[in-house]
Amino acid sequence: MTTLSERILGAPAGAYVDCMVDQAYVHDGTGVLTLETWKALECGEIAFPDRISVLFDHIIPANNSITADLQRELRNFACSHDLCFSDIGGGICHQLMGEGKVLPGEIVVGADSHTCTLGAFGAFATGVGATDMAAIWATGSTWFRVPESIGIFLSGRLCGDAEAKDLALTYVSRLGMDGATYHALEFVGDAIPHLSMDSRFTLSNLAVETGAKTGMFYADAVTCGYLESFGKTTKPQEPASPHYTQELGFELEDIVPVIAVPPRVDTLRPVADLCGIPLDQVFIGTCTNGRYEDLSRLASIIRGGKVRTRTIVAPASRAVLEEAARTGILSDIITAGCTVIPPGCGPCLGAHMGVIGEGEVCLSTSNRNFINRMGIGGDVYLSSVSTAAASALAGEITVPGGNV
Amino acid sequence: MRVKGHAVCLPADVDTDLIIAGRYLRTKDRNVWSARVFEDLDPELAGKLRGAVIVAGKNFGCGSSREQAAVALKGAGVAGIVAPTFARIFFRNAINLGIPLAEADLPCHSGEQVIIDFTSGIVEAGSCIRNITPLSPRMLEILAAGGLVEHWRQHR
Repeated sequence: MTTLSERILGAPAGAYVDCMVDQAYVHDGTGVLTLETWKALECGEIAFPDRISVLFDHIIPANNSITADLQRELRNFACSHDLCFSDIGGGICHQLMGEGKVLPGEIVVGADSHTCTLGAFGAFATGVGATDMAAIWATGSTWFRVPESIGIFLSGRLCGDAEAKDLALTYVSRLGMDGATYHALEFVGDAIPHLSMDSRFTLSNLAVETGAKTGMFYADAVTCGYLESFGKTTKPQEPASPHYTQELGFELEDIVPVIAVPPRVDTLRPVADLCGIPLDQVFIGTCTNGRYEDLSRLASIIRGGKVRTRTIVAPASRAVLEEAARTGILSDIITAGCTVIPPGCGPCLGAHMGVIGEGEVCLSTSNRNFINRMGIGGDVYLSSVSTAAASALAGEITVPGGNV
Repeated sequence: MRVKGHAVCLPADVDTDLIIAGRYLRTKDRNVWSARVFEDLDPELAGKLRGAVIVAGKNFGCGSSREQAAVALKGAGVAGIVAPTFARIFFRNAINLGIPLAEADLPCHSGEQVIIDFTSGIVEAGSCIRNITPLSPRMLEILAAGGLVEHWRQHR
């Protein structure tokens, strides 16, 4: 039986294939270099403009004149070449592609490492650099080495205060930062029907932190129901029992709230072991944890309380922000003292909207805690939304669900 | 195809944030990237890379897809990189920019002469010789052309 990657790419693991790309996208960060390289190719036209998106999310709104000029050029190019364009405030590229655009079985390429997030749809979704993307703009196609796949078997249901992020950090820790290099992950098992799309996005999102090309779920009734809400009719993908080069099993009942300590995503400690570490900042958002389910969880914990450290909240998209406003949870978040910033990447990459100072500690729901990631000399701890919310109320790292 | 240079040894899991920090990405001035390369790992390193072969631990170039990391290394004069494994996006980026990469676990000391020979498929430093995982024919073609843009111009 073939893996989902083999099925979509149409060749066995190890083969090199040339494929037409169904969707390709860049953001304001990678788009500039892509555009420069595309110009250097001197190929005249974009091959399939209707398949190309330019989505501003990294440094939005522009923070200085240099950024503003770079964004102006890319914005003008996207609009004058009839590319799909989302300006500042629209949201994070991976989230926007996941709001009814990417479909099961598609080949999706993004100029950002977390493109693997869209594997949640049963798409072959992977990140590339600017030069590969420029060639895709020019030809509509690219090459892949069909990956071997690692099976991540999920059984049971999450319980207590554990959430998908804790499971994601746990599998990253088991595989290690290069445990899946050149491979794809496939999430399978009896737990899958109970995982929401938002939870699946979180699990797929962290695949690249193991070196994987993508992290895929087979499209099922949950996937089709989600896409139906965007007016897209799709069919489930028949799960197979393919050959995996490695199989990892997780009992979801055993998952507990964890934190990835700096500077590695694969180095975990139970939250309970880190209680009491004072926090200078809490950040809730990103392509990992900025969705409605996340903001709803945040609001349910902080409603009626006040945060005791500066707390930044970045919705993953305008749609998420609008939904939060409509249901009233946005008001809960603001009233509790959080600072809500425009939909986008926020301070995740240490360039804008909440960079931390030397010696400062941030507890973040994002996906990277590398040295200086969020600011020179600052430390980033990675956690779930529940842990971040409880800790924001306490002003220090705190176990979720406890008596704050 | 043959590449040689003095070894600059680096640890495992060097991420692209360490190669070029996010705070330097918003520019088209490539000199900024080559001047700031590895700043958060060792500020002295940028000046030691001209003609060097980086010999790193596993998973070199992990993390962000930022191609500025590979552009910075090329601009700083890196002649080639040897590591047991590379993060796959960095791997493609480096080949696309014409930076020779060799997958091998090569014990060596900084300053030793390293030779990468793609024709015979070996890499050597001092008395130590290792086989390298072969690159695909297409990747070798792109490397030989000096990068994907040059390859494109030759084959259009």
